[in-house]
Amino acid sequence: MNATLGARRRAADRTATVLITGCFLLGLVPLVWLLYTVASKGWHMVVTSEWWLQSQRGVGFRDPGGGALHAIVGTAEQVALCAAISVPVGLLVGVYLVEYGRGTFARVTSFAVDVLTGIPSIVAALFVYAVAITTLGGQRAGWLVSLALVVLMLPVIVRSTEEMLRLVPDELREASYALGVPKWKTVVKVVVPTAFSGLVTGVLLGVARVAGETAPLLILVGYASGMNTDLFAGFQASLPGMINDQFVNLGSGGQAYGLDANGNRVPIHNFAPDRLWGAALTLIVIVLVLNLVARLAGRRART
Amino acid sequence: MMTGLLTVAAVAIAGCSSTSTTAGSNTGSPITGGAKTSAAAEVNCSSGTLNAEGSTAQTNAITQWINDYTKHCTGATINYNPTGSGAGIKNFTAGQVDFAGSDSALNPAKGEVAAAAQRCGGSPALDLPMVTGPIAVAFKLQGVDKLTLTPDLVAKIFTGKITSWDDPALKAANSGAHLPATKITVFFRSDSSGTTENFEKYLKAAAPADYTATPAKDSSQSGFVGQGKAKSQGVAQAIGSTQGGIGYVEYSFAVQDNLSVAAIDNGSGPVELSKNSASAAAAAATVVGTGNDLSLNLDYATKAPGAYPIILVTYEIACSTYTDPAVATRVKDFLAYAATGGQAALAGLGYAPLPASLQGKVLASINTIH
Amino acid sequence: MAARVRVAAPEAAPAPDPAPVPPLRLTGSGTARADRLFAAVTRGAGGFVVVLVLLVAGFLAVKAAPALRVDRVNFLTSRTWDVAGHRFGIVDMLWATVTVSAVAMVIALPLAVGVALFITQYAPRRLARPVAHVVDLLAAIPSIVYGIWGILVLAPLLRPVQDALGSAHWIPLFGNEGYSTGTIFDGGVVLAVMILPIITAVARDVFERTPVAHLEAARALGATRWETIRLTVLPHGRSGIVSGAMLGLGRALGETVALYLILSKPPAGPFSPSLFAGGETFASKIASNAAEFSTPTQTGAYLAAGLVLFALTFVVNAVARWIARRGDAA
Repeated sequence: MNATLGARRRAADRTATVLITGCFLLGLVPLVWLLYTVASKGWHMVVTSEWWLQSQRGVGFRDPGGGALHAIVGTAEQVALCAAISVPVGLLVGVYLVEYGRGTFARVTSFAVDVLTGIPSIVAALFVYAVAITTLGGQRAGWLVSLALVVLMLPVIVRSTEEMLRLVPDELREASYALGVPKWKTVVKVVVPTAFSGLVTGVLLGVARVAGETAPLLILVGYASGMNTDLFAGFQASLPGMINDQFVNLGSGGQAYGLDANGNRVPIHNFAPDRLWGAALTLIVIVLVLNLVARLAGRRART
Repeated sequence: MMTGLLTVAAVAIAGCSSTSTTAGSNTGSPITGGAKTSAAAEVNCSSGTLNAEGSTAQTNAITQWINDYTKHCTGATINYNPTGSGAGIKNFTAGQVDFAGSDSALNPAKGEVAAAAQRCGGSPALDLPMVTGPIAVAFKLQGVDKLTLTPDLVAKIFTGKITSWDDPALKAANSGAHLPATKITVFFRSDSSGTTENFEKYLKAAAPADYTATPAKDSSQSGFVGQGKAKSQGVAQAIGSTQGGIGYVEYSFAVQDNLSVAAIDNGSGPVELSKNSASAAAAAATVVGTGNDLSLNLDYATKAPGAYPIILVTYEIACSTYTDPAVATRVKDFLAYAATGGQAALAGLGYAPLPASLQGKVLASINTIH
Repeated sequence: MAARVRVAAPEAAPAPDPAPVPPLRLTGSGTARADRLFAAVTRGAGGFVVVLVLLVAGFLAVKAAPALRVDRVNFLTSRTWDVAGHRFGIVDMLWATVTVSAVAMVIALPLAVGVALFITQYAPRRLARPVAHVVDLLAAIPSIVYGIWGILVLAPLLRPVQDALGSAHWIPLFGNEGYSTGTIFDGGVVLAVMILPIITAVARDVFERTPVAHLEAARALGATRWETIRLTVLPHGRSGIVSGAMLGLGRALGETVALYLILSKPPAGPFSPSLFAGGETFASKIASNAAEFSTPTQTGAYLAAGLVLFALTFVVNAVARWIARRGDAA
């Protein structure tokens, strides 16, 4: 009797192990596959120096050369401005919800953050368009993209801040209070520094969330194939914008054809796919590097 | 920073509006491309930035012009955003861009003419036909690479009245071809597009008995059967990967994926798609714009011999008078290049150059911009 | 990250209501003022978020109104979408949005829970950390790339799966509508790949925080690894799984560019409930027609669709909170 029960339990345990390991492997397959696709199709662009030093100014889809510098600079500026707004506000909201928030208003705030999480990027972009351009009569520019991205980044920052602050043991807070340190100083000098490396991870998750957004670019800024460092005027490129631009001539992967002067079909080399995957890989590499840097910084801050 | 440097460097040149000839003789120039256009072949450079937006159908043409023009005129920066004709017109009238690209002329009934005039400080905006874009009826069918279709057959296929490649009506029009009993799979554009609208206009004009829907950019009310795919690239890709597939795409996309393209018989024999046959159809169009406005009325049902009738003509829409004369000069210089030297680059990209009769008018109209 | 310390607060992952210890009042009036000011600033930031949400909702409603006023069919029950003819009905979009998200959830949720269990309960720490970071990194892949990969690489390979399921075509959901790729099913699978990291991240977080005492108690009673999971980890993490699922569902409902590239637009015709037909979701329809937002009515029609999408995510979040709270109470 006991033996059969034991066998059944062992069998259940083994089945569960197999199933859960299977889930893990199955879940990783598409993700690794996608990463591999991007890396294998994009690496030969990314390893050239001109990719990091030149723009696409004057380079057509059948012309070799050119790089992604204009897009990297645009993405860096747009995301930096977005983070400059989202991070402080998000941190404060997180602090409010964990350290102060009680009662109806806190519940409403927390719910609002949840709803913000669900706002589709295209709706966020339409919102900014209606306010800044239709109502206030402004010109499209990179900074409007940053504003739309704030709507998407803010909830990520708030949620991760909450998680990290909750991990800070209450004993620390109590010790601080016992020493007569006021609450606000406890939060600023004790709680936040303790959770610092976790907060940095949260910020990077937020950056990863918005850096690849395409929808706001479609309506809030034009794509420029050349360099424009001005976040507040003119068309500006970004990495997702560049991907979208190259998509027009992507083709279906086989040999590409063009027409000669007499209208006959001739094989050509189409550079659009290389640039598209290259831009996608660049975005992933940048986020990866930021991640590593932040992790190192976090480790140093702790020691 | 880069732009800044270039702008500074170019100011000196811009002052005297550097001029160079780009006829066949000047082979060293990046803008030559064997220009055999009739009109004046000189390029005036003006430095500074121009922003434009609109039709996706002319993307590759205008991008090529921009690349050639800015290589030659290093102080000039021109951006073109292919977001669609409607967005182009909207952003032009809102003053967001300096000129628009559009697959259809400004529509007075929608108030676009009035809105554009207001944007141009009271002066009328000009519709300038600049590119002829043939629309290919592309297909993929085992063992068949030549196919002739009449307007009625195209309409019947796209509305689901003909569903198999061995339909007697198709066989009758293609006596030489061996048409298999494959099911026809129709692909159309899912996103709002001037290509869809022009294709529907063609069906409505040339096959009124078989096509009754109102032409529109959104394909929701088109009456087409089959599947809608995003962008020309999506339609071309779907046709290429589906045995028995057929769809309409701009010619360059059919070429890029090496798809077979049907010849169209509008009543005077089958006409293959080429730059010459598309230009011939554009020449059959009549100018309906007044003054310097050159909006066209395309004759989709044309029976002119050697004219491929399914075309769209995309316009650049610019102000006749700009409040900033510097912008006016930039627009004028760039569009003048596009209408002359730039036309030679079109054939290689799957577009057709403007017919000579129209090109002179376009250039004359551009020269009045100030 | 280093802090592997248990918190006193209840573990309903994103839910608020922590119970920090009340501060001791050992301070003078100046510090009290600073304290109040700091509290007010953080509260103000919270207020900003609330106002932002209200503004987005209000703006959508105001802009959608002109279109809804001239709508000649019932907005909520009609299948017709004819902008020129002022007929705006959302049934088809609602169906596509819900089914494509449902397919994504059915695939992603069990997988995500499995992946999170593996990382927290089975994998050696040395392996678990890097894997978790790789999974997080996937959030950086632009959705347009998911879309391109989905339609060019994945969808053709899903064809056999579709055909196998399609052999059960007497089930309306599996009816054959003649689509090779670009079906709701294809879209759902790609969405599942997109939201898998999101759900996994949240589930991983709560599983990691299963009280050690519970785990040890279970093991002390001689429970196998699976029994430990079943008796402690899963019950403890239930509300976290729900909120992670809702987070993923929110992303799925609003996903724009990937679905815009993948989903085939069905022709006008009789309604098909099949997963192997094409469809247009709210967001993909808006993206398809963003170029033609020229008149207030036209724009309003699409914004009205956006408003329904907004309401849908609102409801999903409300339900999630309710479930999470009930889970805590139990």
